[in-house]
Amino acid sequence: MTAMCDVAFLLLSFFILTAKFKPSDALTVNTPSSVQTKIAPEKDVVLITIDKDNKVYLSISDGNKAQKQDVIDAISTAQNLNLSDAQKANFVKKAGSYIAVPFSQLPSFLNHSPDELKGIAVPGIPVDSAHNEMVQWIAACKSAFQGGHMYLVVKGDNAAKYPAFQGVKNAFIKNDEMKFQVVTNPVSVPVGTELYKKNMATGSKAVN
Amino acid sequence: MAEMDTSGGGGHKKGGPGVKKGKKLSTRVDLTPMVDLGFLLITFFIFTTTVSQPTAMKIFLPKDVDKPEEQNKVKASAVLTIMLGKNDQVYYYEGDDPTKLQPTNYKAVRDVILDKKRRTDTADFVVVLKPTKDASYKNVVNILDEMTIDAVKRFALVDLVSPYEADLIKKTEDANGVK
Repeated sequence: MTAMCDVAFLLLSFFILTAKFKPSDALTVNTPSSVQTKIAPEKDVVLITIDKDNKVYLSISDGNKAQKQDVIDAISTAQNLNLSDAQKANFVKKAGSYIAVPFSQLPSFLNHSPDELKGIAVPGIPVDSAHNEMVQWIAACKSAFQGGHMYLVVKGDNAAKYPAFQGVKNAFIKNDEMKFQVVTNPVSVPVGTELYKKNMATGSKAVN
Repeated sequence: MAEMDTSGGGGHKKGGPGVKKGKKLSTRVDLTPMVDLGFLLITFFIFTTTVSQPTAMKIFLPKDVDKPEEQNKVKASAVLTIMLGKNDQVYYYEGDDPTKLQPTNYKAVRDVILDKKRRTDTADFVVVLKPTKDASYKNVVNILDEMTIDAVKRFALVDLVSPYEADLIKKTEDANGVK
């Protein structure tokens, strides 16, 4: 019995230690569900978040600090923002950093670290057809990730409206980025549908 | 492991004169509940860690083609147009006649798609998805997912809802009391 107890707690501590904590997101987004089974990528990700109030945010996965630096440098130069190193560091070095303002408000936005921004109302990146700043952001990301792989990932809230998504989609098209992914919650395939029959026939759970 | 040394200090003589020896009690602890608890926790952690991984739906956008000769032609009779309205309403029509607009919802739209699919040549069948500005992001993802579920090979996500179509949707909404 003693040995079994040892094994149980060894396993327990192993699982607790290896479990990854869900990073506390500054933004809470309820994603829609789909039957897709492919896990969303975590590295080399340019994540565009659309929250329930149709505000659009941009963030780059924390592992890609070099690309983050390139992106913020490019935007700072292209828009004549003259961002200081400290301001850039708030985007580059801090985990979970994101951009949620038009270019004009970027300097004051970057005076704060992501932790300080929790609970503060932000306008979001403009994506309407007349004034779509996402185009410049995607262009900057595209050149920063050149030579490597970039996953464009859109994470939208159930309650977000289509025009916000349309704006993001148009920004992709303008940059010739035709492939992107949409984050969803997995659900099982409804029984009796065509896909269900296909999966049964092939014995695999693959979609597409 | 779970025992204590209850024998006295080494120096005492056992059972010396005048020393009344108490009955020696076992200090072994029953470990069964602890093991149970351990495995219960393991099961709990395994179940909670693997379930909530988000998945990704891949979307490939078509390139805009200006030249008419490079555009894909579709047979009007093989087209099913699905428009996404407000309040989770779906409107559809077959072919190129928007006046045949019919309202439905996200549950019933599967039968509409499958019915049309059955009646059309597989090579020609195209579904055109037109979200209106009142449609939510969830609606768009749901209908794209529906394409996967119903194994529709060719579908297009189109932005332009013509004013004529918008007007028809509005009329249907008014008739059905959708606010």
